[in-house]
Amino acid sequence: MARSWQLKAGFMSEATLAIKKISGHPGPAPGANVERDYQVAKLIDTTTCIGCKACEVACLEWNGYTFTETFFDNSYQTMPATTWNYWNLIKFNEHEREDGTLQLLMRKDQCMHCADPGCLAACPADGAIVQYTNGIVDFQQQNCIGCGYCVSGCPFDIPKFDPTTKKMFKCTLCVDRVSVGLEPACIKSCPTGCLHFGSKEDMSYLAESRAKQLRENFGFEKAGVYDPSGVGGTGVIYVLHDVTNPEAYGGLPKDPHIPWVVRFWKGPAKWIGNLAMLFGVIGVTIHYFRYGPKEIHPRHDNGGKL
Amino acid sequence: MSSHVISTPRTTGEPGERILRYTLTERVNHWFAALTYIYCLITGLAFWSPYMYWLAAIVGGGPTARFWHPWLGVAFTVSVFWMHQMWDRDMQITDADRRWAKVIKLYIENDDQNLPPEGRFNYGQKLFFWLMFYGIILLLISGIGLWFVEDIPWSLRWLRYLSVTVHVIAAMATIAGFIIHIYMGTAMVRGGFTSIIRGEVTADWARTHHRLWHEEVMRRQPPPGAVGSRK
Repeated sequence: MARSWQLKAGFMSEATLAIKKISGHPGPAPGANVERDYQVAKLIDTTTCIGCKACEVACLEWNGYTFTETFFDNSYQTMPATTWNYWNLIKFNEHEREDGTLQLLMRKDQCMHCADPGCLAACPADGAIVQYTNGIVDFQQQNCIGCGYCVSGCPFDIPKFDPTTKKMFKCTLCVDRVSVGLEPACIKSCPTGCLHFGSKEDMSYLAESRAKQLRENFGFEKAGVYDPSGVGGTGVIYVLHDVTNPEAYGGLPKDPHIPWVVRFWKGPAKWIGNLAMLFGVIGVTIHYFRYGPKEIHPRHDNGGKL
Repeated sequence: MSSHVISTPRTTGEPGERILRYTLTERVNHWFAALTYIYCLITGLAFWSPYMYWLAAIVGGGPTARFWHPWLGVAFTVSVFWMHQMWDRDMQITDADRRWAKVIKLYIENDDQNLPPEGRFNYGQKLFFWLMFYGIILLLISGIGLWFVEDIPWSLRWLRYLSVTVHVIAAMATIAGFIIHIYMGTAMVRGGFTSIIRGEVTADWARTHHRLWHEEVMRRQPPPGAVGSRK
């Protein structure tokens, strides 16, 4: 299968958007912070989602993937989790409320485009993951080495490995559309208007107004906005009927953050390890200067000690 | 009886005489282990720090390095297990090692004449061997976790984090041993490097560094039909 579209997407976005953060790069991103941009965000209102999956199809169509094998598990869900070529998945959950009534929860799952992206922190390949000034976190497959470190870094279990190209893939937030002033494909396809796209500021305002409406007029007392601060906020925010229990929405983590192991590994451990290696090499060198090589002692003139 | 005993030729005890220290099999395996380890070291360091990512370029670039690192890691594991098969008996810590370990400072300061005698391998060599042996077991297990990270279910994701942690710690421990091993094998103990290539050391070298082993070789009667002295 020709994959020229991937390169096109990569180069097009690089050429049109300013980079804020870059993975596996010694020093800051070239040209970072020279240009200000709107933080963009998707707003997903789970209270008006009907689970039609138009967004799943639009995502496949725009990104050039064909529909893959689906999975039936007594649910409406297409498959258990997103895959390398299926970036957008509605997660269904028959949630039993305290009063015994059922609630069918539907949540559009995809990359959350964290302000503090764990995938980017974990990535060792120079420029394989970039964060643009508009907040989009994007994989650049031409730089990806397929190591899978991003899988360990992500608190939402999003990056997936394509065994054919040996590269990692995930939702791009339609960076190729956004960079030329279009909304993401999923947003465009939504028939109920539960998906919105715009500046983070506008989307937060809209989300909060909707949550307020749900609390005041519809009896959802715990309604609220999911924009987790553990990852610095996200480029995808949700309106939930019950913001105190995000886990019920197909396992949305309550307090996501970059795993502390990944933070330590990419932070202090690196310097401790590098210094240890450096001191090791310096240490043996100094030993040589001080003591030099061992001497061979011929047995006949060593005073009989050996 | 370990393999080196069978193939060691009769010795005459002359000071300049050459004694077989490592068989061809031992040498080939050592260098197989060395090359696979160094490959994993170079590529591993490339993945370790952005400041060393350029190392990936000298072995064919990031994706190539990523592809071969686990496979050559498996090859290194096979080599180390083979080594264990050959040297397990020789690598057991003995009373002679314990006496030697107490005055290891004398060894570090090159005051070898006052050291108690050692066998075929000294205490430091044995420590290095066991460091690499247990190190590679940890690296292999944690490496499989990193290799197939997506196959570790989300509910068991602590295993993903544990794999990273163990792989890093075990790698750093082997690198510490590796730095000392290279230094000692080339600069500090002259004759060691040629012995692992051509297999031979002089009688004086053997007597200086591994006196108990030298005495053992001297005592040994050659098996019938063995190649005689090379004098």
